[in-house]
Amino acid sequence: MSTRTTIRTTSRSVLGRPPALLWAPAAVAVVFLVLPLTTLLLATPWGTFWRDLTDPDVLAALRLSALTSGATVLVCIGLGTPLAWVLARVPFRGRGLVRALVTVPLVLPPVVAGVALLTALGRNGVVGGPLRELTGVTFPFTTTAVVIAHTFVALPFYVISVEGALRSAGEAYDEVAAGLGATRWYAFRRVTLPLALPGVVAGAVLAWARSLGEFGATVTFAGNYPGITQTMPSRIYSVYLDDPEAARTLAVILLLASVGVLALLRNRWLSTGTGPGAVA
Amino acid sequence: MSGLRARLHVPGRLDAEVLAETGDVLAVVGPNGAGKTTLLRSIAGLLPGSGDVEVAGRSWTHPPLLPRDRRVGYVVQGQALFPHLSARENVAFGLRARGAPAREARARAEAELERLGVGHLAGRRPGALSGGQAQRVAIARALATDPDVLLLDEPFAGLDVGVAAALRTELARHLADFAGVALLVTHDAVDALTLGTRMLVLQDGRVAQSGTPVEVAARPRTDHVARLVGLNVLRDGESLMAFRPSAVVLAPSEPVGSARLRWRGRVEQLTPHGDEIRVQVLTPDGVRVLADVTAAAAAELRLAPDVALWAAAKETAVTRYPAAPAPRGPVQSG
Repeated sequence: MSTRTTIRTTSRSVLGRPPALLWAPAAVAVVFLVLPLTTLLLATPWGTFWRDLTDPDVLAALRLSALTSGATVLVCIGLGTPLAWVLARVPFRGRGLVRALVTVPLVLPPVVAGVALLTALGRNGVVGGPLRELTGVTFPFTTTAVVIAHTFVALPFYVISVEGALRSAGEAYDEVAAGLGATRWYAFRRVTLPLALPGVVAGAVLAWARSLGEFGATVTFAGNYPGITQTMPSRIYSVYLDDPEAARTLAVILLLASVGVLALLRNRWLSTGTGPGAVA
Repeated sequence: MSGLRARLHVPGRLDAEVLAETGDVLAVVGPNGAGKTTLLRSIAGLLPGSGDVEVAGRSWTHPPLLPRDRRVGYVVQGQALFPHLSARENVAFGLRARGAPAREARARAEAELERLGVGHLAGRRPGALSGGQAQRVAIARALATDPDVLLLDEPFAGLDVGVAAALRTELARHLADFAGVALLVTHDAVDALTLGTRMLVLQDGRVAQSGTPVEVAARPRTDHVARLVGLNVLRDGESLMAFRPSAVVLAPSEPVGSARLRWRGRVEQLTPHGDEIRVQVLTPDGVRVLADVTAAAAAELRLAPDVALWAAAKETAVTRYPAAPAPRGPVQSG
């Protein structure tokens, strides 16, 4: 804390004014980011807010969003943590390639992700077709499909965040643990994972936020059926087509929900520079 | 045999044989990059395929044992205490990892911390410990698993002088009680002489000299050790000559008389040394001779960098010994 204060004082009093070439664009960026959210809040028909919020379809969409984003985070933790560990700790041929492939969904347009998921897991997809013939199970247009679509787009965020945390937690501690007689699993449980915990939480929040806002892949792969696959973003879009006013209310609800969760987590986990120090 | 027998080979970095009896404290010295840490890491099994290691009659390398199956206690440079665990949990870690019940591990950890004089800090995390306290916890952690081999990598580095001195005294006591082989990497002649029962000098990844600390200190075969113990060591044909800087006399012109060994040169460096001044003289041949003179003598000689003068030593003050083993080149890098 004292360091931070010192730095601030130094840059102000000793190094001179910040150049306009930097602070002017910075101010524009802030306005650009804050303005739409402000106008959204101002334009919301607050008089009908409660009625819009308690609409059964909205409540169903909210419930489904909470359920699917929660499930997505759990799947990301269950699959993504081991993947991040393997990428960070196990040298193998093609590791760079795997890392590159894993991060492709980061830059993929969500609609493309949805189409791709259909070709793999659709009723007649490469995997989905045989699966349906063998077991009768199909994914598209089910709540499971929503979680699959969300996980597909959210997992890369989680893996990248956790891999970074595992790398900065340092392999030196793994060596120390091994020297003390720990198996790799024991070291992972007792040392590696606890030290990477801030990264795990940050990754989970990223994955959760990505899942909460996911629209394109969900609509394409899972559809837009109230109560089954209609999450809040899908609901907002459907409502918007008929009644833009009411859509604003729903948008505000989603905005408040996400900002609320971020605010809760921020104090505890997301402050910068609280990670464990590197080992000499 | 009991104790440690190791023939280590790490391409480009280390090619060394290490022998030590149970109860030995082997002080490992050498310049930076000589392979000291590589030596410890090889024994701990942290470098793959690095030669043969046999401890207490059992091979650690045929078949190769994983680091966790070797009975080592390794205190790495900078301690590397687990930052999220208390001192007690850090020390108990090795016991818990090997399956000891929580209560037992905890009791042993507390006893070990008590022995190192930091029992009252058992509940603190490493971030709340001073450098000296953290080093004690790290040593307790290494000793708690009853290792056959204790590896200490510069345990006093980065500590305040007073803290290091107190820890050195205590470590001497623990090493005397220790029932295995200890290897102590150090940059300090005092550590090697006070804590070591044997001394191993590494240079360019090879063993340049080994013996008791007294032998090595009296007849250094490397410039590094000569500097550590503060001796002049000069090559004279097939033999080496060692003599104290205090046995060297400086004079403005060529000395006459019984002093047979004399060098013409210039003052390269002047440093305070106790209540005297240590003068480093560089001859035109690139030979460096250290001389200790009183402040009064320094003033009389008008000593300053680059002043030309003569240095001389009496033959009676010089120890001569063979330079063998023949100098070998550095390990080929691979």
